[in-house]
Amino acid sequence: MAKIRKLHQQLIAKDRTAVELTQDYLDRIAALEPQVHAFLRVNGEAALAQARQVDAQIAAGEPIGPLAGIPLALKDNLCTQGIRTTCGSRMLADFVPAYESTVTQKLKAAGAVFLGKTNMDEFAMGSSTETSAFGPTANPWSLDRVPGGSSGGSAAAVAAAECVAALGSDTGGSIRQPASFCGIVGLKPTYGLVSRFGLVAFASSLDQIGPLTNSVEDAALVLGAIAGHDPRDGTSIPEPVPDYTQALVPDLKGMRIGIIQETLGTGLDPQVAQAMETVWRQLQDLGAEVLELSCPRFRYGLPTYYILAPAEASANLARYDGVKYGLRDQTCTNLMDMYQRTRAEGFGAEVKRRIMLGTYTLSAGYYDAYYLKAQKVRTLIKEDFHQAFAQVDALVCPTAPTTAFPAGSKSADPLSMYLSDLMTIPANLAGLPALSLPCGFDDQGLPIGLQVIGNVLREDLVFRVAYAYEQATPWHQRPSPLS
Amino acid sequence: MLDREQVRKVALLARLQITPEEEAKLALDLGNILDYIRQLNELDTQAVPPTNRALETVNVSRPDQLSICDQREAILQAGPAVEGDFFRVPKIL
Repeated sequence: MAKIRKLHQQLIAKDRTAVELTQDYLDRIAALEPQVHAFLRVNGEAALAQARQVDAQIAAGEPIGPLAGIPLALKDNLCTQGIRTTCGSRMLADFVPAYESTVTQKLKAAGAVFLGKTNMDEFAMGSSTETSAFGPTANPWSLDRVPGGSSGGSAAAVAAAECVAALGSDTGGSIRQPASFCGIVGLKPTYGLVSRFGLVAFASSLDQIGPLTNSVEDAALVLGAIAGHDPRDGTSIPEPVPDYTQALVPDLKGMRIGIIQETLGTGLDPQVAQAMETVWRQLQDLGAEVLELSCPRFRYGLPTYYILAPAEASANLARYDGVKYGLRDQTCTNLMDMYQRTRAEGFGAEVKRRIMLGTYTLSAGYYDAYYLKAQKVRTLIKEDFHQAFAQVDALVCPTAPTTAFPAGSKSADPLSMYLSDLMTIPANLAGLPALSLPCGFDDQGLPIGLQVIGNVLREDLVFRVAYAYEQATPWHQRPSPLS
Repeated sequence: MLDREQVRKVALLARLQITPEEEAKLALDLGNILDYIRQLNELDTQAVPPTNRALETVNVSRPDQLSICDQREAILQAGPAVEGDFFRVPKIL
């Protein structure tokens, strides 16, 4: 049984109170954080106060929803009113938002308990959580490995059982790749399904918020709570939100699933490739028709992304000018000096690199060669997916080319770090829902992730494939050494 | 590789003060990344329309209704230098 539903039943059966449950997680956080460092901030008092409210509701005999009293963690790029939101950056080290993001408002209304804010790559730019200005996070499966990124704090917190589930954000794989590295479930929903109001912007044509959880059912429950139209996000889709748990059927009879041929070639860790071969057989055993499909432009996703995302970021991060909030250099004597020094002090090396890259590709004379070219290739990548989904209900491929890599091993060479997002980026470019779930372990005992990609707004089919696979395999039952 | 002059020009556009060491590293890194990105030229995109965002949304509008923002104090408090109802900045003129 999935974790959230089990805890919910314990709460309504009065086997334990929400306060006890919250305290258990706070105790685990206190014990494990010296090793893991998944959290930037823990708000124990506020969490216990939220839990007390839920206990009062239960005591009064009022019905509670499935997320009421469930302890969650939030990536630190989600604005929380009155609670510091740093984005892993010195620029926002003391920033206290005056407003609450839509997703956290919805979860609060559902009675969820917020334990704290999780570590992340600075401004969500990175694949290892090593670019955080506040120190790295360790992978609970092996403390000398990275947890992935940029939502590495959220993934590590779930894998170490420091929270029941967490929210992250995914611009090029920042939910799915850490979920893969930490052996948990992570979903990037369809672009526009979840409101980004209150999410600190990175690349607005790509950013989405989604859940990191222990199980597919938990992901379906959390998504159901945060999805839906929001007039405060102009890209939000005005569609009703279905009950995603209805899609959780333990077989794949009548389904057609495509394996993306181009993801199985060179550069793939042989142990990940082997796991994928087993996946193929397992999906067939579950009743699916499995075929190999070509998405010939899939591999161009990465270079396309490294034009579009830094370009959008260079514009989005122009707001950090030292005037209205965030850091300001206090030694400056004129305005230009203030901008330049504030940004030099506030941003770390990776953020500067991407701002520079984006400013360069958008600058006079280069726009057509880079930005416009990338937008056109984006169209071709969408076409590949369009053709694929004319033949199949869902696509599968590895989430990442490797398992979690050693801390520090890719920090000196930005391009080698970028390559770990090769498999996740195309779904962002095309706006498609994509989920990572565990599909095996390498010989070091590190988790391998399987990515399931669906067509626009077909989260139901993604959940069905993931759920059937999860129920038929033992991978999700193996706890991390720290959990 | 980008030359140092180009790096300085872009840094000025981006309003980033960079040290000579950062300048050298950025010239190298950006050069490598741009070399990698150039593989997009393998694709003929002459007749391909650009995609702006994953799912196109056109002309999203809402009624022009007044709503109250009662966060004035909290917003001002977040300012790094505030005087009265204003954000202070260094002398402009």
